[in-house]
Amino acid sequence: MTQPSIITDEMKAVIGRESEPQTVEVDRTAIRMFARAVGHTDPVYYDVEQARKRGYRDLPCPPAYLGTPVFHPAGAAPSPFAGFKSPFKRVLNGGTEVEYFEDICAGDVVTSTTKIANLSERQASLGPMLIIQSETTYRNQQGKVVAIMRGTALQY
Amino acid sequence: MAEQVYFEDIKEGDEIPKLVKNCSSQQLVMWAAGSGDFYQIHYDKDFAQGTGLKGIIVHGALKHAFLGQMLHAWIGEKGRVKKFGCQYRGMDYPNQDISCRGVVTGKRQEGGENLVELDVWTENPEGQKTSPGTAVVALPSRG
Repeated sequence: MTQPSIITDEMKAVIGRESEPQTVEVDRTAIRMFARAVGHTDPVYYDVEQARKRGYRDLPCPPAYLGTPVFHPAGAAPSPFAGFKSPFKRVLNGGTEVEYFEDICAGDVVTSTTKIANLSERQASLGPMLIIQSETTYRNQQGKVVAIMRGTALQY
Repeated sequence: MAEQVYFEDIKEGDEIPKLVKNCSSQQLVMWAAGSGDFYQIHYDKDFAQGTGLKGIIVHGALKHAFLGQMLHAWIGEKGRVKKFGCQYRGMDYPNQDISCRGVVTGKRQEGGENLVELDVWTENPEGQKTSPGTAVVALPSRG
């Protein structure tokens, strides 16, 4: 017997809708903290002079670091999920992919927007599962797309 | 860093140097702060067990970043990571080796760049691929 779909028309309507832009800061302290947390030993992520010698404007972002969203205590971060009611409460991170188009360095101010690129469902060992593929586009202060991050969230 | 690797020196099937990581709980706390992911299953054992896990688990995104570290170390000063991603298929735990590995699956020249495609993954001590994925890097040419 075919199960009724958990993806409603209301949920489908959200696919492709861009979130409000969010400001993402890229600074030396955060780059060093991220690099240290991963365990990078290359001085390019810690020493500005080394970074400049190697052709970067300033400390470059280590792989997977795309800046830190500016935190506002008063309000939640912009989300493409506004108006989106999932039937599930539990979330697993299903995967991450980052594509780079330009170097991202300390001092850059990046703006990100996120959209839900696709919704699908499947029967998993944990029960029915909603698979949400999102896409976040990062633009620098010159308006250039510097990176795109694609994420998969699993709700069940 | 290791000696610079060049596009001409790489062929399909080559395995790149593996990177073995082993996370202390302290490293997971550092990652929580560095990445902004404060979900308690990664540093609070009681909380993690309350959700049905056997203990705290390594962040998926940290394993992704480890794959990035492996690529960064391999491509040398003149290389660039263009794209890399993985799926989180299996959980990894602190104080256990996480082996990051990669194998070249193809190479091409495009838009003036020398691109190398790879399969990348993390492996647990049982040899299971817990985060399989793919990557594209640009390497310098000897030419």
